[in-house]
Amino acid sequence: MLTIKNLHAEVDGKQILKGINLEIKRGEMHAIMGPNGSGKSSLSSVLAGRENYTVTQGEVLFDGKDLLEMSPEDRAREGLFLAFQYPVEIPGVSNLHFLKTALNEIRTYHNLPALESKEFLKLTKEKQQLVDFNANLMNRSLNEGFSGGEKKRNEVFQLAMLDPKLAILDETDSGLDIDALRIVASGVNKLRSADKAFVVITHYQRLLEYIVPDFVHVLYNGQIVKTGTKELALELEEKGYDWLKEEVHQKESV
Amino acid sequence: MSEKSFYEFISNGVPGPEQKVNADNAIMPARKLAFSRFRELGLPTLKTEEWRYTNIQRYLKDAFTLAQEEEGTVTAAQISTAGIPHLDSYRIVLVNGRLQTDLSQIPANGKVTISKISDAAGNTQLQAWFDKHPHLQSQPFAALNAALFADGLFIEVSANASLDKPLHIIHTYTASANAFIQPRHLVLLHKSATLEIIESSLGLNDTAITFVNTVTEVVLEENAELWHYNLQSTIKNSRHLSHTSTTQKADSRYHHFNFTLPAAEMTRNNLSVALTGSNTETNLHGLYLATGQQHVDNHTFVDHLVANCNSNELYKGVLLDNANGVFTGKIHVHQDAQKTNAFQQNNNLLMSEKANINSQPQLEIYADDVKCSHGFTVGRFSDEALFYLRSRGIGEEAAKSLLVNAFAFDITDQVHIPALQDFLAEKIRQYVAGAINN
Ligand SMILES: Nc1ncnc2c1ncn2[C@@H]1O[C@H](COP(=O)(O)OP(=O)(O)OP(=O)(O)O)[C@@H](O)[C@H]1O
Ligand SMILES: [Mg+2]
Repeated sequence: MLTIKNLHAEVDGKQILKGINLEIKRGEMHAIMGPNGSGKSSLSSVLAGRENYTVTQGEVLFDGKDLLEMSPEDRAREGLFLAFQYPVEIPGVSNLHFLKTALNEIRTYHNLPALESKEFLKLTKEKQQLVDFNANLMNRSLNEGFSGGEKKRNEVFQLAMLDPKLAILDETDSGLDIDALRIVASGVNKLRSADKAFVVITHYQRLLEYIVPDFVHVLYNGQIVKTGTKELALELEEKGYDWLKEEVHQKESV
Repeated sequence: MSEKSFYEFISNGVPGPEQKVNADNAIMPARKLAFSRFRELGLPTLKTEEWRYTNIQRYLKDAFTLAQEEEGTVTAAQISTAGIPHLDSYRIVLVNGRLQTDLSQIPANGKVTISKISDAAGNTQLQAWFDKHPHLQSQPFAALNAALFADGLFIEVSANASLDKPLHIIHTYTASANAFIQPRHLVLLHKSATLEIIESSLGLNDTAITFVNTVTEVVLEENAELWHYNLQSTIKNSRHLSHTSTTQKADSRYHHFNFTLPAAEMTRNNLSVALTGSNTETNLHGLYLATGQQHVDNHTFVDHLVANCNSNELYKGVLLDNANGVFTGKIHVHQDAQKTNAFQQNNNLLMSEKANINSQPQLEIYADDVKCSHGFTVGRFSDEALFYLRSRGIGEEAAKSLLVNAFAFDITDQVHIPALQDFLAEKIRQYVAGAINN
């Protein structure tokens, strides 16, 4: 579904991604871990099309199409979704109106008619229950004055509403209380299916107990330096990143 | 037209100040006085403090004629294009300032009078208030209007009366050659009367230039309440200069909304409110959205003459392309006006590098027990917010119009007629899309 080949990207003249290779297939759950500042959010930004990143090398294919050629909105319409690490507050734009606009723009792109208000509300209710999202927040301005956890849950609610092929969750678990973490994880599990894929970026092994990944990748210094299974996450939890960093530096000096 | 030739044109214009428009026009003598007032005040230049950012003479250079009524040139079909969908209202149609009864639905309510101001010239109430607003006296274009106005509306609501629906006044302008049009209106609400007015404009011929110089006087007697919406969206070749001068007596409430949207070349609004009685409430809301080469200048003046009055002003501007905005908000709190609450805020969103705003508050406070504040902001578009919306599949155009609508929300949210709210949101969407696709 998604093929990342030798991806290099920079921001403000600073090289951040230094040759990422990753293959994601339908039905798979990938976890990306790695120390602060290693480039995890940068990778998701580049995939989503944030304009201040410049791709200097490499390519990304999304279901055979050149992802990097597309505008951010077309990437979303093709089925890519990024749950942001830091969702922005947009005063004055109602959460529901925003979602309706997004949903209908995606539908129009696929030559589908806009949803009737009734259908939209039905869908809203269904998804709101699925991820246990507070109905009071739906009518408020987008993320405005939401608590950290509420913002994250809104990202998951949007994810459920827009039903993408590939969802990238950037630290959606940080800021969630223990119950919310379980609820959000079970929501994500319910959204999993054979034709969809997920990438969860996290610092905590705990999330991966609920959302069991098929692969765990470690991103360090702009590269994926190790890939393993869920056991790798356990190992990292125990040992931290130093041993991996050392491995990398040893390889480099060889 | 040079400054000299503008004077010549004005003084030779038809009808001249010495001529009578209507034989029984009781306000005729006032025209003469007003004309000499205009000559004394002279045309403003860039050195005139209140006109520093608007080079008005530039917009008077062309050769104009005083617009004549063009009877029958406007059809019901044309008027219907100026409708606001789902708005339930009494529609009042004016062509170049003159009431068209055949195109209008004048409410059959004995307590509300809507007539041509020329027909009401004998009305003693009209005579008592006509051209009396203190702030008009120093305004050259208001004097010019008083001297040479063609016609306009006189609206009078009896004590305790109201209408079941808003009045929707459609100002239509049409001229086959460059025209200088001067409408003149007076709205008078007697004690405890209430009214909602929506004004909008429709330009019909953009092959010639129209310069519209409007004066509207509003008088609110004790405990009266007026919701006054002014939608300025018209054609490219038009220039609009307006004075809206309101007098509020004790306990009255005035809610004024000014929406300046594309595409008039120049708009200059002078909105002034004189608070002559205590316990009044004044809410002034403004939204200007300018594109292309538009120049939009809002001058507001709230004059707190007596104690215990509240005024609240919020003007917001969205400037795209090469548009130029000016905001000057004057608040004068006189020595006797203790316990005044006067707030003013002007926020701007610049959506292009070339767009520009000049904003200046002018607070003159001579009383000591008052609460006054003012603020001014200029923001650029938030790239973060735009990216967030686009990352959800919302196209750039729709995303921008969502954000502009969000910025304007504080203003549009105060509009208490849903059909008008929807209409404004849709207009904003269209103009933002138009500017992006340019
Ligand atoms: N605009 C910028 N200019 C310069 N450096 C930047 C810019 N944006 C990001 N970076 C740098 O890129 C590096 C990668 O940042 P990124 O946000 O991708 O890290 P991360 O792996 O997501 O970290 P965390 O776990 O803390 O979220 C960091 O060193 C960061 O400082
Ligand atoms: Mg990050």
